[in-house]
Amino acid sequence: MGFLFVAPAFVGFLVFYLYPTLRAVEISLTDWNLLRAPKFIGLANYARLLGDATFWHSAWVTLTYVLYNIPIQTVLGLLLAVLSDRLARSVALRAVIIAPYLISNVVAALIWMLMLDPILGLTNAFLDTIGIARQSFLASPDQAMISVAAISTWRHTGLTALLFYAGLQAIPRHLYEAAKLEGASEWVMFRRITLPLLRPVLAFVLVTSLIGSFQVFDVIAVATAGGPADSTRVILWYIYENAFQFHKMGYASALSVVLFVVLILITLLQMRLLKADQSDLD
Amino acid sequence: MKTYILAGLIASTALTCGASMASAGDVTLNYWMWDANQAPVYQQCAAKFEAANPGIKIKITQDSWDNYWTTLTTGFVSGNAPDVFVNHLSRFPEFLENGVMEDITDRIAKDKVDMKAYLSGLAESWAKDDHQWGLPKDWDTIAIVYNKDMLAAAGLKDSDLANLDWNAKDGGSFEKVVAHMTVDQNGKRGDEPGFDKSKVAVYGWVSNPADGYGQNQWSFFAASNGFKAIDKPWGSKYAYDSPALVDTLTWLRDLGIKKGFTISQENIGSLNASAIFSAGKAAMVPDGSWMISTYRDTSKFGFGFAPLPKGPEGRKSMFNGLADSIWSGSKHKDEAWKWVKYVGSSECQTIVGEAGVVFPARPEGDKAAEAAHKAKGLDVSAFTLLATPESTFPFPISDHASEISTILKSAVQNVLLNKGEPAKILKDANAQVNGMF
Repeated sequence: MGFLFVAPAFVGFLVFYLYPTLRAVEISLTDWNLLRAPKFIGLANYARLLGDATFWHSAWVTLTYVLYNIPIQTVLGLLLAVLSDRLARSVALRAVIIAPYLISNVVAALIWMLMLDPILGLTNAFLDTIGIARQSFLASPDQAMISVAAISTWRHTGLTALLFYAGLQAIPRHLYEAAKLEGASEWVMFRRITLPLLRPVLAFVLVTSLIGSFQVFDVIAVATAGGPADSTRVILWYIYENAFQFHKMGYASALSVVLFVVLILITLLQMRLLKADQSDLD
Repeated sequence: MKTYILAGLIASTALTCGASMASAGDVTLNYWMWDANQAPVYQQCAAKFEAANPGIKIKITQDSWDNYWTTLTTGFVSGNAPDVFVNHLSRFPEFLENGVMEDITDRIAKDKVDMKAYLSGLAESWAKDDHQWGLPKDWDTIAIVYNKDMLAAAGLKDSDLANLDWNAKDGGSFEKVVAHMTVDQNGKRGDEPGFDKSKVAVYGWVSNPADGYGQNQWSFFAASNGFKAIDKPWGSKYAYDSPALVDTLTWLRDLGIKKGFTISQENIGSLNASAIFSAGKAAMVPDGSWMISTYRDTSKFGFGFAPLPKGPEGRKSMFNGLADSIWSGSKHKDEAWKWVKYVGSSECQTIVGEAGVVFPARPEGDKAAEAAHKAKGLDVSAFTLLATPESTFPFPISDHASEISTILKSAVQNVLLNKGEPAKILKDANAQVNGMF
C-alpha cells in the first residue's frame, strides 16, 4: 500500500534520474560523437580531464559564481523572511517577494540582458541621468560573472525567503514572548532563538541552492554563452559545448559524472556540518 | 548529473520533429532552414513544386541559427532529421565524416544538372574528392550599411564612400571618414579637437560582437591585408598567428579603446550591430547581404550600401555559399532529390531572387534580386560587385570546426578586449588549433 503512494515519484526517479545517471557513467567510458557507435576507451576521458586547462578554468569560474551567489542570496533571503515575519505578516508582501521566482530563467535572462546592454540598455540610461559612469555588465569579462550572479540572486532570493519564512512559522511564539519579557533585543532574539531553531531549514536551503548554483546554465546560455572571452564558461556550459557543439558525448558525460560526485561530497559535508537531521526544538 | 538535460533535449526534439507522417500515399518531405526571412519565399517555391509533383508535400520548418544545429544533430541520432536541410560550410566536414549527407554526385550526372549554371566557386565548395554533397542555393558577401542622414550631417556624399582605402597602420581614408562620422555628446566630431571619446553619442563604425571567423566583423579587413585563415580548403594549418591578422586586430582594438570611433569590445553587448544602427547610435556598420531585407523592412531612416574599403590587397569579402543537402537516413531520397533539384533550378531561384531576401546561386536569380531591390529604391551593387573570385575568399573549411571556432572566438575577443599582447594571444590559440590535426 505504501509503495503505491510513492510509486509515481519512485518511477520518475528510476526513469529520469537513476537510469540517466547510470547511462552517463556508461557513456563516460566511451568515445562517442552521437552519430557513430560508441567505442569503449576505459578511463581515458577522466585522464584527459585532469590535464584539460579549460575544465579547470570552468571549475574555477563556477566556484566564483557560487561564491557570489550563495552568501548574498542566503543572507538576503533570511533578512527578508525575518523582516516579513517580525514586522509585517502580509500575504501581498510575500507575493511580491516571490514574484521574480515565478518568471522563467530564460525570460529573466533575456529581460536583464536587454536592460543591462552597455549601449542601448535601460540601466545605463538610468546611470547616465544620475551621473554615474556607464557599466559594461554582461559584455565585459570583469563584470559578466557578477552580473550573471546578480540576475540569479534577484530571481532566487524570493524562494529562499519563502522557505525561511515557512521555517520561522515552526518556531514557537512563546519563546519570543519570554525573551521580550527578559528585555532581549531583536538582534539577540535573532541570534539566540531564530538562527539556531532555523538550522534544519537553513541546511535544506543551503544544500539545494548550492547544488543549483553549481549547475547554473540557463542564464548563461541566454545572456553570455560562456563569454565574453570565456569569463562565464561555467562547468555546465562546458558540458553542453562538449555534448552538443563538439559532439564529444563521452567526455561530456565524464564531466557530468565528476560534477555529480563533487556535489554529493559537498552535500554530505554540509549535512554533517549543519547537523541537518537534528532539530533543537525537541 | 546534467545528463538529464541532455537526455531531455534528445527526447523532446525526438517528439517535436517526428510529427509528420504522410497520409495515404502522399510523401511529405521535411525541409529545414534557419533563416526566418527566407521561409515564406521558399513556401512559394514549394507551392509550385507541389503543383507540378502531385503526391509530394513540402513541410518547411525554420529554427534559429543556434538551435538549428543542435536540433539537426539530435534528429540525425534519433532518426528524425529532415529529408532535406539547408547546410552551412562550417558543418560540412563534420557531417561528411559522419555520413549523414547523401552523396548526390550520381544523381547530378543522371539528371544532367548543369553545375556551371551556378556562380563560380559555389558548387565547388560543396564538393570533396569529386563527390558533391549539396546543391548551391545562395551566396552572401559583406558591404557597409550607412545612415544617409548622418552622412549628410557630416557633409559627405554617397559617392565619398564608394572608394575608401584602408590599411592596418593608420586606417587610410576609411578611418578618416569613420572619425568624421563619430560624434560625441557635445556635438564634437571624432576628428575635431576636444572630442570626448568617453561620451560618444554616435559611433562612426560598429560591428557585431566578435567571433573567431569575423565574417561581418573583421575578416574583410584582415583578408584585404593579406590574411588567409587556413592554408587551403580542407586544410590543417591555420594561420591565426600571421602578422596580417595581428596588425588588423590591433588596429581594430585601438579604433575602439584608444580612439573611441567604434564601440570597444567591452561595451558591445549581445545585441547585433544592426540593433545599434537602428537605434541611431552607429553611422556605419558592416553587414552581410542576408540582412538587406531586415534593414529594408525595419529602418526608420534613409540608409544605403557602400562597398568595403580597399586594403593593401584590394577589396575582399568572405563568399559564403549555402547548399541544400539530403539526409542519408531519409526514407524518400528520390523525392528529396526532386525537391533539391527544384530549389536549385532557374525557376525557384528566380522566385527567390524576386523576393529580394538573398542572392540566389544562379546569375538569373541575382538579376531578379537586383531588379527587385532597385524597384524598392535600393542599390545593392556594393554586395554584387564583390561576387567575383578576385574579390572574395572562402569560409575556412576544416575538420574540428566547432572546437576551433570556440578557441578562435575567445582569442579574438581577448585581443579586442586588450587582455594581452595580440601576437602572443593569437600565437597560442593558433598553436592550440593546429595541435588538433
